[in-house]
Amino acid sequence: MTQYLIRRLLIAIPSLLGISVILFTVLALAPGDPFEELATNPAIPPEVRMQLRASLGLDDPIHIRYFSWLLAMIRGEWGFSFVSRIPVDQLIMQRLPTTIAVIGASQVLALCIALPVGIYSATRPYSIFDQIANTLAFVGFSLPTFFTGLLFILFFSIYLDWLPFVYNTNIDATGWRWWWEHIRQSIMPVAVLGLFQGATWTRFVRSAVLDVIRLDHVTTARAKGLPESRITMRHVVRNALIPVVTLVALQMPAVFGGAIVTEQIFRVPGIGSLLISAILANDTPVIMAVTFVFSILVIFFNLVADILYGWLDPRISYR
Amino acid sequence: MTEDGLRQMIGRVKSGTLSRRGFVRRMAALGLTAPMATQLLAIAGAAPAAAQSLPEYTPTRAGGGGPLRILYWQAATLLNPHFAVGTTNQESSRVFYEPLAGWAADGTLVPILAAEIPSIENRGLREDGRGVTWKLKRGVKWHDGADFTADDVVFNWEYARNPATAATTSGSYRDINVVKVDSHTVRVEFSQPTPFWADAFVASVGCIIPQHLFGNFVGAAARDAPANLRPVGTGPYRFVSFAPGDNLRGERNPTYHRNNRPFFDTIEVKGGGDAVSAARAVLQTGEFDYAWNLQVEDEILRRLEAAGRGRVNIVDGGSVEFVQLNVTDPNREIDGERSHASTQHPAFRDPAVRQAMALLIDRGALQQFIYGRSGPATANFLNNPPRFRSPNMRWEFSVQRANEILDAAGWVRGRDGIRAKDGVRLRFVFQTSVNAPRQRTQAVYKQAAQRAGIDLELKSVVASVFFSSDVANPDTFGKFYADMQMYTTTMPQADPQRFMNQYVSWELSSRANSWQGRNIVRWRNEDYDRAFREAESELDPVKRAALFIRMNDLIVGSNHVIPLVKRPLTSGSLNNLRHVLSAWDNTHWMLSDWFREG
Repeated sequence: MTQYLIRRLLIAIPSLLGISVILFTVLALAPGDPFEELATNPAIPPEVRMQLRASLGLDDPIHIRYFSWLLAMIRGEWGFSFVSRIPVDQLIMQRLPTTIAVIGASQVLALCIALPVGIYSATRPYSIFDQIANTLAFVGFSLPTFFTGLLFILFFSIYLDWLPFVYNTNIDATGWRWWWEHIRQSIMPVAVLGLFQGATWTRFVRSAVLDVIRLDHVTTARAKGLPESRITMRHVVRNALIPVVTLVALQMPAVFGGAIVTEQIFRVPGIGSLLISAILANDTPVIMAVTFVFSILVIFFNLVADILYGWLDPRISYR
Repeated sequence: MTEDGLRQMIGRVKSGTLSRRGFVRRMAALGLTAPMATQLLAIAGAAPAAAQSLPEYTPTRAGGGGPLRILYWQAATLLNPHFAVGTTNQESSRVFYEPLAGWAADGTLVPILAAEIPSIENRGLREDGRGVTWKLKRGVKWHDGADFTADDVVFNWEYARNPATAATTSGSYRDINVVKVDSHTVRVEFSQPTPFWADAFVASVGCIIPQHLFGNFVGAAARDAPANLRPVGTGPYRFVSFAPGDNLRGERNPTYHRNNRPFFDTIEVKGGGDAVSAARAVLQTGEFDYAWNLQVEDEILRRLEAAGRGRVNIVDGGSVEFVQLNVTDPNREIDGERSHASTQHPAFRDPAVRQAMALLIDRGALQQFIYGRSGPATANFLNNPPRFRSPNMRWEFSVQRANEILDAAGWVRGRDGIRAKDGVRLRFVFQTSVNAPRQRTQAVYKQAAQRAGIDLELKSVVASVFFSSDVANPDTFGKFYADMQMYTTTMPQADPQRFMNQYVSWELSSRANSWQGRNIVRWRNEDYDRAFREAESELDPVKRAALFIRMNDLIVGSNHVIPLVKRPLTSGSLNNLRHVLSAWDNTHWMLSDWFREG
């Protein structure tokens, strides 16, 4: 096991290096400039723009820029944002709590929908409940989040005037009111993301449970006269959830990575909106840091999923 | 209005038989108002009594106004006015920092950290135009309690002019000399007579940062200053918290130097999202008090306004959306450079083709169907301040006349309906940035051109590429590797000198200056160059205005530049919010005077 872990971690190093090279090259080749706004402003002499470019090292050849970035990264310096001139790690840390709260809550919501609905549909396949759940699930993952987001805003904010659609991280309240305000403004983004994810997972849970429910050990349990609820919980769900756990674990990086579109619509200051504004502003250090952290998380959670898998299913062993 | 009549009127202002306000109003009637009209009085020795031009401020005590919530659909990323890239950052730093003076909507210079506006009468201005003496307001304190003095002002000059600081404001400071006269007086010296003296220390480039916090962070160390993200200014609100790219919060500054101000207890500036939903959050749901720069189709704005909660504010400025017809040939490469200054565009060198192109864009339709209130049609490149607006230019839309002109010039329709002459076909690549109204304008233009036997190939480039200074990219507007292009150019201050330098020959965009030259259309004209040189040192405001009008007529008359619509600043606010806006300064320039009624 330890050997396996060490091997996996060692393999991760070249893949991360490869990822960083690809990211950096693509970003360097991508057109654009962090100072485009200066270009159309006649009050700013072009020398200032060139000075800025030079001071940020933008005019150096690409391999030199890459190695200086890599060295700094190894030393733990994530670099400065071109646009806001503050360390990138500070920027990310500012966004992380909101991202985890909103995306985390939406994943929990998705699980809360997917598990009961998926299991119940699978135990009664092709019943009315299953048909309805299936239809809704298809609708759910066919509708893109930008569409449901706008629909929610139109209905709950503008037509009913119940919920605010501009997310506010600094709420001037304490105690219950603070919680209430936070929940109120999170309902829409969490629901949009949660319903979308939940719809996908429902289908997945349903098919996983259906696979297990036909197996012989379930029939045996039934023949022994065990109560149906116990069969479902003990003998079906436990086995069926093994692939689901992997799926959820692989989804974890997204919790940190944020949701670009939904965050933009509801003005949620999460990692996703940081990434998209950095991309639009050609803020290379921020894009690099966010995508790189994201790839580390993907590799890490892949490992976690593999280990979890083995722990849940003792038939799998690592060598 | 003749020069004599004007001088007589100024004389009446001086002797007191005509109020300053009456003067400005009369100038307005003649199309001669805005900042330069006031500077005209200042130079002529009739000192402006500022603050007249501000709307009435009724609250009788500071505070008690609750929160003020402002929404920007672009988010601020830093809070140092000298590093502000783009308007949003200027606006957010302006919440805390103040300049010596700011521009009111009517073009009056209003003292903020200055005790008075310099004039020849109060001996603030030198008659030869080579110096300005600013007297600073006494008793002004920084948010941390330190005193604001002349040292701070001198420090800002040293800070911004240092090339290693890489301040975006450096253009306003590098060519001047600043001297401390006493603890509350500074003198700005110019190396040559400077008619437009109100640049350094004025408006957004003029925000003063404290020496005691930034003193150790000049040059390359500038970016490490902790105060970059924790501003300590003199403004009406003190810093509370800032999340770059998200929101900014401030609280009332109890020691603010203007009486009974500010009205609001806290301020929040939220950023991000898109313009349409920003308009919605103010006009329809009232979640916010004010939404900045609503670049939204007018039709939508009118519908949102119908909810009755808020209103749309249109403030006229100098920005203009225009088309350029390339002077040079974008398809020939000379020394590895396309659109080389030594080449000539095969079709556009014929004035008839350019004239036809100007006749083929229906500006009335653009205003009516695309831009609405946010884009009145214009025939001039230089539209504001009104005193610089040329009365000589007219626009016309006539496919028939365009056809006649082209026929007369010998451009004959080929089999495919496209005109040609001597092997040159009237087929042009027309590029612009990706932006819905621009693509619609392109389509309108293409349709009309087709009816005149001209084929336009439409091309749209992502804004972040189009407006970049990336030397390696062929699609930037600065390179102009196309026959025609369209974009908006902004006028950052109330004086056109920095605006009209877009057509002087020494600003030609080329490989030698990494395509950073301002003359992107690569037009050259000796008369224009001469007029510009003259205007640079002409101290007589009337003659100077005439020179700028002549420059406008030269470039627009050449038809290499086809102005389409003006782009005034559009914003939304709740009905009960009383704000003080100005097109010649930031939205937040007079934040201390904002209040809520009822």
